[in-house]
Amino acid sequence: MRQSATGGAPDPVGVPRQISKSLTFGEGGLVASLVLLAFASLTVASGAETAAYAFHAWLTVLASLAAVFVIISHHVERPAALPAREVDGRPNYNFGPVKFATVAAMFWGIAGFLVGVIIAFQLAFPALNFDLPWTAFGRLRPLHTSAVIFAFGGNVLIGTSFYVVQRTCHARLAGYLAPWFVVLGYNFFILIAGTGYLLGITQGKEYAEPEWYADLWLTVVWVTYLLVFLGTIWRRREPHIYVANWFYLAFIVTIAVLHLGNNASVPVSIYSPKSYIVWSGVQDAMVQWWYGHNAVGFFLTAGFLAIMYYFIPKRAERPVYSYRLSIVHFWALIFIYIWAGPHHLHYTALPDWAQTLGMTFSIILWMPSWGGMINGLMTLSGAWDKLRTDPVLRMLVVSVAFYGMSTFEGPLMSVKAVNSLSHYTDWTIGHVHSGALGWVAYISFGAIYCLVPWLWNKRELYSLKLVNWHFWISTLGIVFYISAMWVAGILQGLMWRAYTSLGFLEYSFIETVEAMHPFYVIRAIGGVLFLIGALIMAFNLWMTVRSPSAEPAVSLARNPAFLPAE
Amino acid sequence: MATATTPAPRKSLWQKHAFFERNSIWLIIGILLVISVGGLVEIVPLFYLKSTIEKVSGVRPWTPLELAGRNIYVREGCYNCHSQMIRPLRDEVERYGHYSLAAESMYDRPFQWGSKRTGPDLARVGGKYSDEWQRQHLADPRSVVPGSIMPGYPFLAESRLEAADIGQDMKVNALYGVPYTEEMIAAAAADLRTQATTDAADAEALQQRYPGAQIRDFDGNLAFVSEADALIAYLQALGTMVDFKLYDDKANIR
Repeated sequence: MRQSATGGAPDPVGVPRQISKSLTFGEGGLVASLVLLAFASLTVASGAETAAYAFHAWLTVLASLAAVFVIISHHVERPAALPAREVDGRPNYNFGPVKFATVAAMFWGIAGFLVGVIIAFQLAFPALNFDLPWTAFGRLRPLHTSAVIFAFGGNVLIGTSFYVVQRTCHARLAGYLAPWFVVLGYNFFILIAGTGYLLGITQGKEYAEPEWYADLWLTVVWVTYLLVFLGTIWRRREPHIYVANWFYLAFIVTIAVLHLGNNASVPVSIYSPKSYIVWSGVQDAMVQWWYGHNAVGFFLTAGFLAIMYYFIPKRAERPVYSYRLSIVHFWALIFIYIWAGPHHLHYTALPDWAQTLGMTFSIILWMPSWGGMINGLMTLSGAWDKLRTDPVLRMLVVSVAFYGMSTFEGPLMSVKAVNSLSHYTDWTIGHVHSGALGWVAYISFGAIYCLVPWLWNKRELYSLKLVNWHFWISTLGIVFYISAMWVAGILQGLMWRAYTSLGFLEYSFIETVEAMHPFYVIRAIGGVLFLIGALIMAFNLWMTVRSPSAEPAVSLARNPAFLPAE
Repeated sequence: MATATTPAPRKSLWQKHAFFERNSIWLIIGILLVISVGGLVEIVPLFYLKSTIEKVSGVRPWTPLELAGRNIYVREGCYNCHSQMIRPLRDEVERYGHYSLAAESMYDRPFQWGSKRTGPDLARVGGKYSDEWQRQHLADPRSVVPGSIMPGYPFLAESRLEAADIGQDMKVNALYGVPYTEEMIAAAAADLRTQATTDAADAEALQQRYPGAQIRDFDGNLAFVSEADALIAYLQALGTMVDFKLYDDKANIR
């Protein structure tokens, strides 16, 4: 994890070289802050108004003290000088945090898919809610969405961004403890958020459920994340910042803005987990979907496009198709995405002018989205044959195809006439999952399949055959899932608006619910297949890590855009 | 970088983009500027355009009991399956009642319009069913609606409502301009108990503070104020504040 610096190494991270070992500013500052945090949490724990909140306070006390212990014991064990930025003229990459995030991503991914399968079965067989507060659908659904988006997706983004920024800048990750603070702090946020939902702590805003104290903590972690990422960019050997890093930057910066805007709230007291959001009613709705849609746009799109821009060229051993297209679609995408939020509020009490703006920009958004898809797919030109032999590349490329499909479906559903049918139905759920499973998860799987052998110094994956099995089983799962949801959604939408020849509504609401049952079962089976695929992947990765290492350990490629991983 | 060094003829616009590729700070500033426009244009006017929220009479802040019930609604994640937003479409208006107004959720923090109808819309569920029905339905949904896929919430009627500090919640809301007076905040805990009991002495004072508030024992158990009391009080109040016999929708065309 931590390499020791040799005597001849250049100066480590902004600290003057010393003979005697002393606490760095980072070590001292972090220890002091964590001790303060532990005391503050202790105070809160002593007066917490609910048991669930007290549990979180105690968890924070324990985590801070554990972190203090780890920092100090590492300090005692480490050599006087911090790890060098370069060894023998090559960057001394810091892959520890990347490894942690990769493992965490797999863990949370499987947990999130599992909860998804459970709630899918709950909708088909409601007895599975067990009449208990912490197993009811209403609490588990946010657990599922947060686990897959923020825990799985977030760890993939943090892990890959820390890898890509080092490789493309030819520089060691900035900071000594900071990168670890980011990955561990982020996963602690996940822990607080997830256990909170089960215990009934929620803001009640979709995809922004964590309460004020978790939000505050995330803000600290996120600012550190930006600084580590930027700090690494500042160390770059290349004059230009690589295109993947533009997308990572847009993702990090915009998520910060959205997070602050949508979570502006005042807690009832520091002893209460409950807070009230500053915005209300129609303004809250607009702010929420400005956030909600751009969580899709910047977390699940821009961030994963960054992954596309690094891993597809690398795996295909081809340069990115078009530099100009990447410029145009980058700026167009981030400009237009922000406007698309109101399409979640068609025909609601949101003023019509805002709905129309949202619809218009959602349709325009089709173009930059497909610009990105074309740039990703055409990168394969001259290397299409690899799709037959390399299931990892196939996964990456199919993810871009799914991206193209769902970014066509999205603008279609944002048209008011279509939306009047699709809104409130499972069509939306199907649309989300064609993007989430097909695009986000597949590009993540592809990236992780690439990363694990690189990080653990293996020649190749344990088994490409198993990757193939993963690919086909989960693709079948996705097809089951989205086609079931298309039929369910359109069917239910049509049933809601069906009239008899006498002019009465033809179906009661409950009849439309009962009609969903077969599709809910098919969807759940699709989810099971997807989960099985992920379990195969986890096994494959585990066996890869356990296999003997490749001999020449160090850097595999100097120029990641051109050179192969092997 | 593979892409960045693509040769461009003369000093084209493409070459000028190198400015952003070489200066991380300007890249960030550029990103911030570009992402600000849409949000500002769509959000800011909602705070000053008078047409955003219709002028209607009848919308009042939640009573302490309703507010506590609303917090339970949020806690249990009811919004994951139930919308509170009736769209002005023929079938919805016939199924659920008058389409929802922005004014009706003007004191809602957070808004609970929802995005999915696994169950029916609840914007106007108030008064549609009896307390007894609500009680049974919450405890065991399939006992009253056989095809329902809703989870059962039997524990609500058994749990004592922890809302001694509800006045504190109202204070935070008052901070944002919700018209909770000092008197209302001072009487919060008492009002909460009063609303969940029958024949309470100060029922009239509560009615004066919150016109139209329904005052009765919602969960059929006078022994203590339960979470079911609060949730049912909230559900029974949903969508009942505006009198649509008097509401002139032509006056509020936006």
